[in-house]
Amino acid sequence: MAAIIDEHSVGIVETKYVTLFEPPNELRLDSGERLGPITVAYETYGKLNKDRSNAILLCHALSGDAHAAGWHSPHDAKPGWWDVMVGPGKGFDTSKYFCICSNVIGGCMGTTGPSSINPRTGRPYGLSFPVVTIADMVRVQRELLRYLGIETLLSVSGGSMGGMQVLQWAVDYPDMVRSAIPIATAAQQSAQGIAFDVVGRRAIMSDPKWRGGNYYAFNDPPVDGLALARMVGHITYLSEASMRRKFGRRLQDRERYGYDFATEFQVESYLYYQGDKFTQRFDANSYLYITKAIDYFDLTNGKRSLAEAFRNVRAKFLVIAFSSDWLYPPAQSREIVAALKANNVDVSYCEIESDYGHDAFLLEVEEQRKLISNFLAAVAREFNVSEPE
Amino acid sequence: MSPNETRIDYDVIVGLVERGARVLDLGCGDGQLLARLIAEKGARGTGVEISQAGVQAAIARGLSVVQADLDEGLADYQDQSFDWVILNQTLQSLAKPTLVLEEMLRVGRRSIVGLPNFGYWCLRLRLLLRGRMPASRALPYRWYETPAMRLLTIADFRAYCRERGIRILQEIFLAGEAGHRLRFWPNWRAETAIFVLRGGRN
Repeated sequence: MAAIIDEHSVGIVETKYVTLFEPPNELRLDSGERLGPITVAYETYGKLNKDRSNAILLCHALSGDAHAAGWHSPHDAKPGWWDVMVGPGKGFDTSKYFCICSNVIGGCMGTTGPSSINPRTGRPYGLSFPVVTIADMVRVQRELLRYLGIETLLSVSGGSMGGMQVLQWAVDYPDMVRSAIPIATAAQQSAQGIAFDVVGRRAIMSDPKWRGGNYYAFNDPPVDGLALARMVGHITYLSEASMRRKFGRRLQDRERYGYDFATEFQVESYLYYQGDKFTQRFDANSYLYITKAIDYFDLTNGKRSLAEAFRNVRAKFLVIAFSSDWLYPPAQSREIVAALKANNVDVSYCEIESDYGHDAFLLEVEEQRKLISNFLAAVAREFNVSEPE
Repeated sequence: MSPNETRIDYDVIVGLVERGARVLDLGCGDGQLLARLIAEKGARGTGVEISQAGVQAAIARGLSVVQADLDEGLADYQDQSFDWVILNQTLQSLAKPTLVLEEMLRVGRRSIVGLPNFGYWCLRLRLLLRGRMPASRALPYRWYETPAMRLLTIADFRAYCRERGIRILQEIFLAGEAGHRLRFWPNWRAETAIFVLRGGRN
Protein backbone atom coordinates (compact mmCIF):
# COMPACT_ATOMS: atom_id res chain seq x y z
CA MET A 1 0.00 0.00 0.00
CA ALA A 2 1.16 3.51 -0.69
CA ALA A 3 0.23 7.00 0.39
CA ILE A 4 -3.07 8.43 -0.82
CA ILE A 5 -2.45 12.09 -1.43
CA ASP A 6 -5.63 13.83 -2.58
CA GLU A 7 -6.85 17.41 -2.30
CA HIS A 8 -7.84 16.80 1.35
CA SER A 9 -4.41 15.57 2.39
CA VAL A 10 -1.66 17.74 3.83
CA GLY A 11 0.65 15.63 1.64
CA ILE A 12 4.22 14.70 2.48
CA VAL A 13 5.28 16.12 5.83
CA GLU A 14 8.37 16.04 7.95
CA THR A 15 8.88 15.82 11.70
CA LYS A 16 10.99 18.70 12.97
CA TYR A 17 13.04 18.87 16.13
CA VAL A 18 13.98 21.68 18.47
CA THR A 19 15.91 21.59 21.71
CA LEU A 20 14.45 23.68 24.51
CA PHE A 21 15.11 24.17 28.23
CA GLU A 22 18.87 24.24 27.77
CA PRO A 23 20.63 24.49 31.14
CA PRO A 24 20.52 26.62 33.18
CA ASN A 25 16.92 27.17 32.02
CA GLU A 26 15.73 23.67 32.77
CA LEU A 27 12.04 22.84 33.02
CA ARG A 28 10.78 22.67 36.58
CA LEU A 29 8.50 19.67 36.76
CA ASP A 30 5.49 19.07 39.03
CA SER A 31 7.63 16.56 40.91
CA GLY A 32 10.03 19.37 41.84
CA GLU A 33 12.82 17.97 39.69
CA ARG A 34 14.46 19.95 36.92
CA LEU A 35 14.95 18.61 33.42
CA GLY A 36 16.86 19.97 30.46
CA PRO A 37 17.75 20.08 27.70
CA ILE A 38 14.52 18.73 26.20
CA THR A 39 14.27 17.92 22.53
CA VAL A 40 10.76 18.29 21.13
CA ALA A 41 9.56 16.53 17.98
CA TYR A 42 6.79 18.42 16.21
CA GLU A 43 4.97 18.80 12.93
CA THR A 44 3.01 21.70 11.50
CA TYR A 45 0.37 21.82 8.80
CA GLY A 46 -1.02 24.85 6.98
CA LYS A 47 0.19 28.42 7.23
CA LEU A 48 0.15 31.06 9.93
CA ASN A 49 -1.89 34.14 9.07
CA LYS A 50 -0.50 37.66 9.23
CA ASP A 51 -1.31 38.30 12.91
CA ARG A 52 -0.49 34.74 13.98
CA SER A 53 -3.99 34.19 15.30
CA ASN A 54 -4.97 31.01 13.43
CA ALA A 55 -2.85 28.45 15.28
CA ILE A 56 -4.41 25.26 16.61
CA LEU A 57 -2.56 22.88 18.89
CA LEU A 58 -3.41 19.19 18.51
CA CYS A 59 -2.59 16.96 21.48
CA HIS A 60 -2.01 13.26 21.02
CA ALA A 61 -3.15 10.36 23.18
CA LEU A 62 -1.14 7.70 25.00
CA SER A 63 0.39 5.98 21.98
CA GLY A 64 0.33 8.91 19.56
CA ASP A 65 3.12 11.10 18.27
CA ALA A 66 3.86 14.37 16.50
CA HIS A 67 2.80 12.88 13.17
CA ALA A 68 -0.89 13.85 13.23
CA ALA A 69 -1.52 14.18 9.51
CA GLY A 70 -0.11 13.47 6.07
CA TRP A 71 2.58 11.02 5.07
CA HIS A 72 6.29 10.86 5.75
CA SER A 73 6.98 9.18 2.43
CA PRO A 74 4.97 8.08 -0.60
CA HIS A 75 5.59 4.48 0.50
CA ASP A 76 4.00 4.83 3.96
CA ALA A 77 1.30 2.29 4.71
CA LYS A 78 -0.54 4.68 7.03
CA PRO A 79 -0.89 8.45 7.40
CA GLY A 80 -0.65 10.43 10.66
CA TRP A 81 -2.87 9.39 13.58
CA TRP A 82 -5.53 12.09 13.04
CA ASP A 83 -5.28 12.37 9.27
CA VAL A 84 -9.06 11.89 8.95
CA MET A 85 -9.58 15.16 10.81
CA VAL A 86 -6.60 17.30 9.74
CA GLY A 87 -6.20 18.59 6.20
CA PRO A 88 -7.67 20.97 3.61
CA GLY A 89 -11.46 20.90 4.01
CA LYS A 90 -11.34 18.56 7.00
CA GLY A 91 -12.43 19.26 10.61
CA PHE A 92 -9.19 21.09 11.29
CA ASP A 93 -9.02 22.79 7.92
CA THR A 94 -5.36 23.38 7.14
CA SER A 95 -6.26 25.80 4.35
CA LYS A 96 -7.56 28.11 7.10
CA TYR A 97 -5.68 27.15 10.23
CA PHE A 98 -2.08 26.49 11.20
CA CYS A 99 -2.02 23.19 13.08
CA ILE A 100 0.77 22.06 15.37
CA CYS A 101 1.28 18.67 16.97
CA SER A 102 4.20 17.67 19.17
CA ASN A 103 5.24 14.45 20.85
CA VAL A 104 4.77 14.64 24.64
CA ILE A 105 7.62 14.73 27.11
CA GLY A 106 8.25 11.20 28.37
CA GLY A 107 7.38 9.86 24.91
CA CYS A 108 9.52 7.84 22.53
CA MET A 109 8.76 9.43 19.19
CA GLY A 110 11.43 12.09 19.13
CA THR A 111 10.70 14.13 22.24
CA THR A 112 12.93 13.57 25.25
CA GLY A 113 11.83 10.60 27.31
CA PRO A 114 13.24 7.64 29.23
CA SER A 115 14.78 6.13 26.08
CA SER A 116 16.68 9.36 25.30
CA ILE A 117 20.35 9.77 26.12
CA ASN A 118 20.97 11.59 29.38
CA PRO A 119 23.65 14.13 28.40
CA ARG A 120 25.17 13.89 31.89
CA THR A 121 25.84 10.15 31.67
CA GLY A 122 25.90 9.49 27.95
CA ARG A 123 23.47 6.63 28.53
CA PRO A 124 19.68 6.33 28.20
CA TYR A 125 17.77 7.76 31.17
CA GLY A 126 15.75 4.63 31.88
CA LEU A 127 14.06 4.99 35.26
CA SER A 128 16.34 7.90 36.19
CA PHE A 129 14.04 9.95 33.95
CA PRO A 130 11.86 12.08 36.22
CA VAL A 131 8.15 11.28 36.48
CA VAL A 132 6.19 13.75 34.38
CA THR A 133 2.58 14.93 34.50
CA ILE A 134 0.01 16.19 32.01
CA ALA A 135 0.81 19.72 33.22
CA ASP A 136 4.50 19.10 32.44
CA MET A 137 3.56 18.00 28.91
CA VAL A 138 1.65 21.25 28.52
CA ARG A 139 4.58 23.33 29.83
CA VAL A 140 6.79 21.85 27.12
CA GLN A 141 4.15 22.59 24.47
CA ARG A 142 3.92 26.18 25.78
CA GLU A 143 7.67 26.56 25.28
CA LEU A 144 7.47 25.08 21.78
CA LEU A 145 4.83 27.69 20.89
CA ARG A 146 7.06 30.45 22.24
CA TYR A 147 9.82 29.14 19.99
CA LEU A 148 7.39 29.16 17.04
CA GLY A 149 6.37 32.74 17.87
CA ILE A 150 2.77 31.87 18.76
CA GLU A 151 1.16 33.68 21.69
CA THR A 152 -2.50 32.81 21.16
CA LEU A 153 -4.15 29.57 20.19
CA LEU A 154 -7.36 29.73 18.20
CA SER A 155 -7.98 26.29 19.61
CA VAL A 156 -6.44 23.36 21.37
CA SER A 157 -7.87 19.92 20.80
CA GLY A 158 -7.27 16.25 21.40
CA GLY A 159 -8.89 13.04 22.52
CA SER A 160 -8.33 10.82 25.52
CA MET A 161 -5.00 11.85 27.11
CA GLY A 162 -4.91 14.57 24.46
CA GLY A 163 -8.16 15.89 25.93
CA MET A 164 -6.55 16.01 29.36
CA GLN A 165 -3.85 18.27 27.91
CA VAL A 166 -6.61 20.41 26.38
CA LEU A 167 -8.23 20.91 29.81
CA GLN A 168 -4.84 21.60 31.39
CA TRP A 169 -4.10 24.20 28.72
CA ALA A 170 -7.38 26.03 29.37
CA VAL A 171 -6.65 26.07 33.11
CA ASP A 172 -2.93 26.91 33.04
CA TYR A 173 -2.82 29.39 30.16
CA PRO A 174 -6.31 30.98 30.12
CA ASP A 175 -5.11 34.08 28.27
CA MET A 176 -3.57 32.09 25.41
CA VAL A 177 -6.46 29.76 24.63
CA ARG A 178 -9.46 31.09 22.69
CA SER A 179 -11.21 27.79 22.38
CA ALA A 180 -10.84 24.23 23.55
CA ILE A 181 -12.14 20.95 22.13
CA PRO A 182 -11.62 18.10 24.62
CA ILE A 183 -12.81 14.79 23.19
CA ALA A 184 -13.57 11.48 24.96
CA THR A 185 -11.76 12.56 28.08
CA ALA A 186 -12.14 13.40 31.77
CA ALA A 187 -11.01 16.00 34.28
CA GLN A 188 -9.55 13.23 36.39
CA GLN A 189 -8.49 9.67 35.69
CA SER A 190 -11.05 7.34 37.26
CA ALA A 191 -10.25 4.46 39.60
CA GLN A 192 -11.19 2.11 36.77
CA GLY A 193 -8.82 3.89 34.41
CA ILE A 194 -5.99 3.72 36.95
CA ALA A 195 -6.73 0.03 37.46
CA PHE A 196 -6.20 -0.82 33.79
CA ASP A 197 -3.01 1.26 33.69
CA VAL A 198 -1.71 -0.55 36.77
CA VAL A 199 -2.20 -3.90 35.02
CA GLY A 200 -0.33 -2.58 31.99
CA ARG A 201 2.58 -1.31 34.06
CA ARG A 202 2.80 -4.52 36.04
CA ALA A 203 2.86 -6.52 32.82
CA ILE A 204 5.91 -4.53 31.70
CA MET A 205 7.71 -4.48 35.03
CA SER A 206 7.27 -8.20 35.57
CA ASP A 207 8.82 -9.03 32.20
CA PRO A 208 12.35 -10.28 33.09
CA LYS A 209 13.68 -8.43 30.06
CA TRP A 210 12.58 -5.14 31.59
CA ARG A 211 15.62 -5.32 33.94
CA GLY A 212 14.55 -2.48 36.19
CA GLY A 213 14.14 -0.25 33.15
CA ASN A 214 17.77 -0.62 32.00
CA TYR A 215 17.17 -2.80 28.96
CA TYR A 216 18.46 -0.44 26.30
CA ALA A 217 22.00 -1.81 26.21
CA PHE A 218 20.84 -5.41 25.70
CA ASN A 219 19.02 -4.97 22.40
CA ASP A 220 16.34 -7.27 23.82
CA PRO A 221 13.49 -5.07 25.12
CA PRO A 222 10.58 -6.35 27.27
CA VAL A 223 8.28 -6.91 24.31
CA ASP A 224 6.10 -9.50 26.03
CA GLY A 225 5.24 -7.18 28.89
CA LEU A 226 4.63 -4.25 26.57
CA ALA A 227 2.48 -6.34 24.22
CA LEU A 228 0.41 -7.54 27.16
CA ALA A 229 -0.03 -3.96 28.37
CA ARG A 230 -1.20 -2.96 24.91
CA MET A 231 -3.64 -5.88 24.74
CA VAL A 232 -5.25 -4.77 27.99
CA GLY A 233 -5.35 -1.23 26.67
CA HIS A 234 -7.04 -2.29 23.45
CA ILE A 235 -9.82 -4.02 25.35
CA THR A 236 -10.61 -0.71 27.05
CA TYR A 237 -10.73 1.10 23.70
CA LEU A 238 -13.48 -1.13 22.31
CA SER A 239 -16.98 -1.90 23.51
CA GLU A 240 -18.89 -5.11 23.97
CA ALA A 241 -21.02 -4.22 20.93
CA SER A 242 -18.05 -3.34 18.71
CA MET A 243 -16.23 -6.55 19.72
CA ARG A 244 -19.34 -8.58 19.00
CA ARG A 245 -19.72 -6.99 15.59
CA LYS A 246 -16.02 -7.05 14.70
CA PHE A 247 -15.16 -10.55 15.95
CA GLY A 248 -18.08 -12.31 17.57
CA ARG A 249 -16.99 -15.81 18.53
CA ARG A 250 -15.54 -16.37 15.08
CA LEU A 251 -12.41 -18.46 14.74
CA GLN A 252 -9.28 -17.38 12.90
CA ASP A 253 -8.11 -19.69 10.07
CA ARG A 254 -10.05 -22.62 11.56
CA GLU A 255 -13.38 -24.26 11.04
CA ARG A 256 -13.72 -25.91 14.44
CA TYR A 257 -12.16 -25.86 17.89
CA GLY A 258 -8.64 -27.24 18.06
CA TYR A 259 -8.76 -28.16 21.76
CA ASP A 260 -5.34 -26.58 22.25
CA PHE A 261 -3.92 -23.17 23.15
CA ALA A 262 -2.99 -21.94 19.73
CA THR A 263 -4.38 -18.56 18.72
CA GLU A 264 -7.91 -19.52 17.87
CA PHE A 265 -10.51 -16.78 18.24
CA GLN A 266 -10.49 -13.76 15.97
CA VAL A 267 -10.53 -11.44 18.97
CA GLU A 268 -7.51 -13.29 20.32
CA SER A 269 -5.67 -12.93 17.04
CA TYR A 270 -6.56 -9.23 16.91
CA LEU A 271 -5.21 -8.55 20.41
CA TYR A 272 -1.99 -10.47 19.73
CA TYR A 273 -1.52 -8.57 16.50
CA GLN A 274 -2.12 -5.19 18.15
CA GLY A 275 0.19 -6.08 21.02
CA ASP A 276 3.03 -7.25 18.79
CA LYS A 277 2.70 -4.38 16.35
CA PHE A 278 2.90 -1.92 19.22
CA THR A 279 6.24 -3.29 20.47
CA GLN A 280 7.82 -2.43 17.13
CA ARG A 281 7.20 1.27 17.60
CA PHE A 282 6.84 1.97 21.29
CA ASP A 283 9.22 2.03 24.23
CA ALA A 284 8.15 0.11 27.34
CA ASN A 285 9.48 2.72 29.76
CA SER A 286 7.60 5.47 27.91
CA TYR A 287 4.46 3.41 28.43
CA LEU A 288 5.15 3.43 32.17
CA TYR A 289 5.79 7.17 32.30
CA ILE A 290 2.87 8.23 30.14
CA THR A 291 0.30 6.01 31.88
CA LYS A 292 1.59 7.35 35.21
CA ALA A 293 1.04 10.91 33.96
CA ILE A 294 -2.52 9.94 33.03
CA ASP A 295 -3.11 8.36 36.45
CA TYR A 296 -1.86 11.46 38.26
CA PHE A 297 -4.18 13.66 36.22
CA ASP A 298 -6.81 15.25 38.43
CA LEU A 299 -7.76 18.88 37.92
CA THR A 300 -9.56 18.90 41.27
CA ASN A 301 -6.35 18.04 43.11
CA GLY A 302 -5.86 20.71 45.77
CA LYS A 303 -9.21 22.31 44.87
CA ARG A 304 -12.60 22.01 46.49
CA SER A 305 -14.29 21.25 43.20
CA LEU A 306 -13.80 21.07 39.47
CA ALA A 307 -15.70 24.35 39.20
CA GLU A 308 -13.01 25.98 41.33
CA ALA A 309 -10.31 24.48 39.10
CA PHE A 310 -11.99 26.11 36.09
CA ARG A 311 -12.38 29.52 37.75
CA ASN A 312 -9.97 31.37 35.44
CA VAL A 313 -10.90 29.54 32.26
CA ARG A 314 -11.81 31.90 29.44
CA ALA A 315 -11.79 29.64 26.40
CA LYS A 316 -14.99 28.80 24.58
CA PHE A 317 -15.52 25.03 24.82
CA LEU A 318 -16.80 22.25 22.62
CA VAL A 319 -16.88 19.04 24.65
CA ILE A 320 -17.42 15.79 22.76
CA ALA A 321 -18.15 12.35 24.24
CA PHE A 322 -19.26 9.00 22.82
CA SER A 323 -22.22 7.02 24.10
CA SER A 324 -20.42 3.66 24.34
CA ASP A 325 -17.08 4.94 25.70
CA TRP A 326 -16.68 3.21 29.06
CA LEU A 327 -13.05 4.24 29.59
CA TYR A 328 -13.97 7.95 29.61
CA PRO A 329 -17.75 7.73 29.79
CA PRO A 330 -20.05 10.63 28.82
CA ALA A 331 -20.82 11.22 32.52
CA GLN A 332 -17.23 12.42 32.96
CA SER A 333 -17.64 14.85 30.07
CA ARG A 334 -20.89 16.09 31.59
CA GLU A 335 -18.98 16.84 34.80
CA ILE A 336 -16.64 19.01 32.77
CA VAL A 337 -19.60 20.78 31.15
CA ALA A 338 -21.31 21.37 34.52
CA ALA A 339 -18.15 22.82 36.06
CA LEU A 340 -17.62 25.11 33.07
CA LYS A 341 -21.28 26.22 33.24
CA ALA A 342 -20.82 27.05 36.90
CA ASN A 343 -18.14 29.52 35.78
CA ASN A 344 -20.31 30.96 33.00
CA VAL A 345 -17.94 29.59 30.39
CA ASP A 346 -19.39 29.43 26.91
CA VAL A 347 -19.70 25.67 26.38
CA SER A 348 -21.28 23.33 23.89
CA TYR A 349 -21.56 19.61 24.48
CA CYS A 350 -22.34 16.81 22.08
CA GLU A 351 -22.66 13.15 22.93
CA ILE A 352 -22.16 11.26 19.71
CA GLU A 353 -24.16 8.06 19.42
CA SER A 354 -21.66 5.32 18.61
CA ASP A 355 -20.94 1.75 19.57
CA TYR A 356 -17.20 1.94 18.85
CA GLY A 357 -16.35 2.59 22.51
CA HIS A 358 -13.41 4.87 23.31
CA ASP A 359 -11.95 4.30 19.83
CA ALA A 360 -14.92 6.26 18.46
CA PHE A 361 -12.89 9.44 18.80
CA LEU A 362 -10.74 8.29 15.89
CA LEU A 363 -13.54 6.53 13.99
CA GLU A 364 -16.68 8.70 14.14
CA VAL A 365 -15.28 11.06 11.55
CA GLU A 366 -18.28 12.68 9.91
CA GLU A 367 -20.14 13.88 13.02
CA GLN A 368 -16.93 15.21 14.54
CA ARG A 369 -15.86 16.86 11.30
CA LYS A 370 -19.09 18.87 11.19
CA LEU A 371 -19.02 19.77 14.88
CA ILE A 372 -15.38 20.82 14.88
CA SER A 373 -15.37 22.76 11.61
CA ASN A 374 -18.56 24.66 12.50
CA PHE A 375 -17.36 25.38 16.02
CA LEU A 376 -13.98 26.63 14.80
CA ALA A 377 -15.64 28.77 12.13
CA ALA A 378 -17.74 30.46 14.84
CA VAL A 379 -14.69 31.08 17.04
CA ALA A 380 -12.70 32.41 14.06
CA ARG A 381 -15.59 34.79 13.24
CA GLU A 382 -15.84 35.97 16.84
CA PHE A 383 -12.14 36.85 16.96
CA ASN A 384 -11.88 38.13 13.37
CA VAL A 385 -9.28 35.56 12.49
CA SER A 386 -8.16 36.01 8.91
CA GLU A 387 -7.20 33.23 6.56
CA PRO A 388 -3.52 32.84 5.69
CA GLU A 389 -2.33 34.48 2.47
CA MET B 1 -42.87 22.72 10.78
CA SER B 2 -40.26 23.46 8.18
CA PRO B 3 -37.20 25.30 9.42
CA ASN B 4 -37.51 28.16 6.95
CA GLU B 5 -41.14 28.93 7.69
CA THR B 6 -41.59 32.14 9.60
CA ARG B 7 -42.79 31.10 12.98
CA ILE B 8 -45.34 33.38 14.57
CA ASP B 9 -44.57 32.00 18.02
CA TYR B 10 -40.91 32.94 17.45
CA ASP B 11 -41.96 36.49 16.51
CA VAL B 12 -43.91 36.73 19.76
CA ILE B 13 -41.04 35.42 21.88
CA VAL B 14 -38.47 37.65 20.18
CA GLY B 15 -40.86 40.53 20.90
CA LEU B 16 -41.03 39.68 24.60
CA VAL B 17 -37.28 39.52 25.25
CA GLU B 18 -35.51 42.79 25.96
CA ARG B 19 -32.17 43.75 24.42
CA GLY B 20 -29.07 42.12 25.85
CA ALA B 21 -31.03 39.65 28.00
CA ARG B 22 -29.52 36.41 29.23
CA VAL B 23 -31.60 33.63 27.68
CA LEU B 24 -31.72 29.88 28.19
CA ASP B 25 -33.70 28.01 25.54
CA LEU B 26 -34.79 24.55 26.72
CA GLY B 27 -35.42 22.12 23.90
CA CYS B 28 -33.88 24.58 21.45
CA GLY B 29 -33.93 22.18 18.49
CA ASP B 30 -31.79 23.47 15.63
CA GLY B 31 -31.37 26.81 17.42
CA GLN B 32 -33.46 28.93 15.05
CA LEU B 33 -35.17 30.86 17.85
CA LEU B 34 -31.95 31.30 19.80
CA ALA B 35 -30.16 32.57 16.71
CA ARG B 36 -32.94 35.15 16.18
CA LEU B 37 -32.78 36.28 19.81
CA ILE B 38 -29.03 36.81 19.48
CA ALA B 39 -29.21 38.50 16.08
CA GLU B 40 -32.27 40.68 16.72
CA LYS B 41 -32.02 41.33 20.45
CA GLY B 42 -28.31 40.99 21.16
CA ALA B 43 -29.27 38.33 23.69
CA ARG B 44 -26.62 36.27 25.41
CA GLY B 45 -28.18 32.94 24.70
CA THR B 46 -27.48 29.30 25.28
CA GLY B 47 -29.54 26.21 24.64
CA VAL B 48 -30.26 22.70 25.80
CA GLU B 49 -31.28 20.05 23.30
CA ILE B 50 -31.70 16.31 23.57
CA SER B 51 -31.07 15.31 19.94
CA GLN B 52 -27.65 15.00 18.36
CA ALA B 53 -29.02 16.38 15.10
CA GLY B 54 -30.38 19.46 16.90
CA VAL B 55 -27.09 20.08 18.70
CA GLN B 56 -25.16 19.61 15.48
CA ALA B 57 -27.41 22.12 13.66
CA ALA B 58 -27.29 24.66 16.50
CA ILE B 59 -23.49 24.50 16.64
CA ALA B 60 -23.47 25.02 12.87
CA ARG B 61 -25.28 28.32 13.59
CA GLY B 62 -22.44 29.24 15.93
CA LEU B 63 -24.57 28.78 19.06
CA SER B 64 -23.58 27.32 22.42
CA VAL B 65 -25.75 24.30 23.03
CA VAL B 66 -25.48 21.46 25.50
CA GLN B 67 -26.88 18.05 24.70
CA ALA B 68 -28.91 16.97 27.71
CA ASP B 69 -32.21 15.48 28.77
CA LEU B 70 -34.40 18.14 30.40
CA ASP B 71 -36.14 15.44 32.41
CA GLU B 72 -32.89 15.14 34.38
CA GLY B 73 -33.29 18.72 35.61
CA LEU B 74 -31.11 21.80 35.29
CA ALA B 75 -28.54 21.14 38.01
CA ASP B 76 -25.78 22.80 35.94
CA TYR B 77 -27.53 26.17 36.15
CA GLN B 78 -27.56 28.46 39.13
CA ASP B 79 -30.62 30.09 40.71
CA GLN B 80 -31.93 33.12 38.85
CA SER B 81 -28.96 33.12 36.47
CA PHE B 82 -31.03 33.95 33.36
CA ASP B 83 -33.38 36.82 32.53
CA TRP B 84 -35.49 34.44 30.46
CA VAL B 85 -35.88 30.70 30.33
CA ILE B 86 -37.81 29.50 27.29
CA LEU B 87 -39.68 26.23 26.97
CA ASN B 88 -41.37 26.52 23.61
CA GLN B 89 -43.35 23.61 22.12
CA THR B 90 -41.47 21.26 24.43
CA LEU B 91 -43.57 20.84 27.59
CA GLN B 92 -45.84 18.34 25.86
CA SER B 93 -42.86 16.05 25.20
CA LEU B 94 -41.48 15.91 28.74
CA ALA B 95 -41.68 12.92 31.04
CA LYS B 96 -41.35 15.14 34.11
CA PRO B 97 -43.05 18.46 33.27
CA THR B 98 -43.35 19.52 36.91
CA LEU B 99 -39.65 19.01 37.58
CA VAL B 100 -38.74 20.98 34.47
CA LEU B 101 -41.17 23.83 35.24
CA GLU B 102 -39.89 24.08 38.82
CA GLU B 103 -36.33 24.10 37.54
CA MET B 104 -36.97 26.79 34.96
CA LEU B 105 -38.63 29.02 37.55
CA ARG B 106 -35.62 28.49 39.81
CA VAL B 107 -33.09 29.31 37.07
CA GLY B 108 -34.84 32.21 35.35
CA ARG B 109 -36.25 35.53 36.48
CA ARG B 110 -39.05 35.01 33.99
CA SER B 111 -40.06 32.04 31.91
CA ILE B 112 -41.84 31.58 28.64
CA VAL B 113 -43.90 28.44 28.06
CA GLY B 114 -45.30 27.89 24.58
CA LEU B 115 -47.96 25.19 24.16
CA PRO B 116 -50.14 23.69 21.47
CA ASN B 117 -53.72 24.04 22.75
CA PHE B 118 -55.62 20.80 22.62
CA GLY B 119 -58.78 22.70 23.49
CA TYR B 120 -58.79 24.34 20.04
CA TRP B 121 -62.30 23.95 18.64
CA CYS B 122 -61.27 22.18 15.44
CA LEU B 123 -59.54 19.48 17.46
CA ARG B 124 -62.48 19.12 19.79
CA LEU B 125 -64.85 18.87 16.87
CA ARG B 126 -62.80 16.29 15.00
CA LEU B 127 -62.48 14.14 18.06
CA LEU B 128 -66.19 14.51 18.74
CA LEU B 129 -67.38 13.82 15.20
CA ARG B 130 -64.81 11.38 13.86
CA GLY B 131 -63.88 9.74 17.12
CA ARG B 132 -60.21 9.80 16.14
CA MET B 133 -57.30 11.73 17.57
CA PRO B 134 -57.05 14.88 15.50
CA ALA B 135 -53.99 16.48 13.97
CA SER B 136 -53.47 20.19 13.39
CA ARG B 137 -50.77 22.65 12.42
CA ALA B 138 -49.67 22.87 16.04
CA LEU B 139 -50.06 19.12 16.62
CA PRO B 140 -49.21 17.64 13.24
CA TYR B 141 -48.47 14.02 14.25
CA ARG B 142 -50.44 10.80 14.40
CA TRP B 143 -50.81 9.06 17.73
CA TYR B 144 -48.01 6.55 17.08
CA GLU B 145 -45.42 9.08 15.95
CA THR B 146 -46.15 12.10 18.07
CA PRO B 147 -43.50 13.28 20.53
CA ALA B 148 -46.35 14.90 22.45
CA MET B 149 -46.95 12.62 25.38
CA ARG B 150 -49.09 15.15 27.21
CA LEU B 151 -52.08 16.70 25.56
CA LEU B 152 -53.30 19.71 27.50
CA THR B 153 -55.40 22.79 27.00
CA ILE B 154 -54.99 26.43 27.95
CA ALA B 155 -57.48 25.86 30.76
CA ASP B 156 -55.46 22.89 32.00
CA PHE B 157 -52.27 24.92 32.14
CA ARG B 158 -53.97 27.84 33.88
CA ALA B 159 -55.40 25.45 36.47
CA TYR B 160 -52.00 23.86 36.95
CA CYS B 161 -50.38 27.26 37.59
CA ARG B 162 -53.16 28.25 39.97
CA GLU B 163 -52.82 25.03 41.99
CA ARG B 164 -49.07 25.47 42.32
CA GLY B 165 -49.08 29.19 42.93
CA ILE B 166 -47.20 29.92 39.73
CA ARG B 167 -47.84 33.49 38.71
CA ILE B 168 -48.77 34.03 35.05
CA LEU B 169 -47.61 37.52 34.08
CA GLN B 170 -48.85 37.50 30.52
CA GLU B 171 -50.76 35.27 28.12
CA ILE B 172 -50.62 35.43 24.34
CA PHE B 173 -52.99 33.33 22.25
CA LEU B 174 -52.44 32.70 18.57
CA ALA B 175 -54.89 31.41 15.99
CA GLY B 176 -55.03 30.58 12.32
CA GLU B 177 -52.49 30.49 9.54
CA ALA B 178 -51.60 34.17 10.04
CA GLY B 179 -51.21 33.60 13.76
CA HIS B 180 -53.26 36.62 14.75
CA ARG B 181 -53.62 37.28 18.43
CA LEU B 182 -56.83 36.44 20.24
CA ARG B 183 -58.34 37.95 23.33
CA PHE B 184 -61.63 36.17 23.82
CA TRP B 185 -62.41 32.49 24.22
CA PRO B 186 -58.79 31.43 23.79
CA ASN B 187 -59.32 27.87 25.01
CA TRP B 188 -61.72 27.39 22.09
CA ARG B 189 -60.07 29.52 19.48
CA ALA B 190 -56.28 29.44 20.00
CA GLU B 191 -54.04 26.87 18.37
CA THR B 192 -51.02 27.99 20.32
CA ALA B 193 -50.60 29.71 23.67
CA ILE B 194 -47.58 31.50 25.08
CA PHE B 195 -47.42 32.10 28.82
CA VAL B 196 -45.00 34.37 30.62
CA LEU B 197 -44.36 33.11 34.14
CA ARG B 198 -42.71 34.83 37.03
CA GLY B 199 -39.54 33.07 38.15
CA GLY B 200 -38.20 32.53 41.62
CA ARG B 201 -40.34 31.16 44.41
CA ASN B 202 -43.89 31.90 43.37
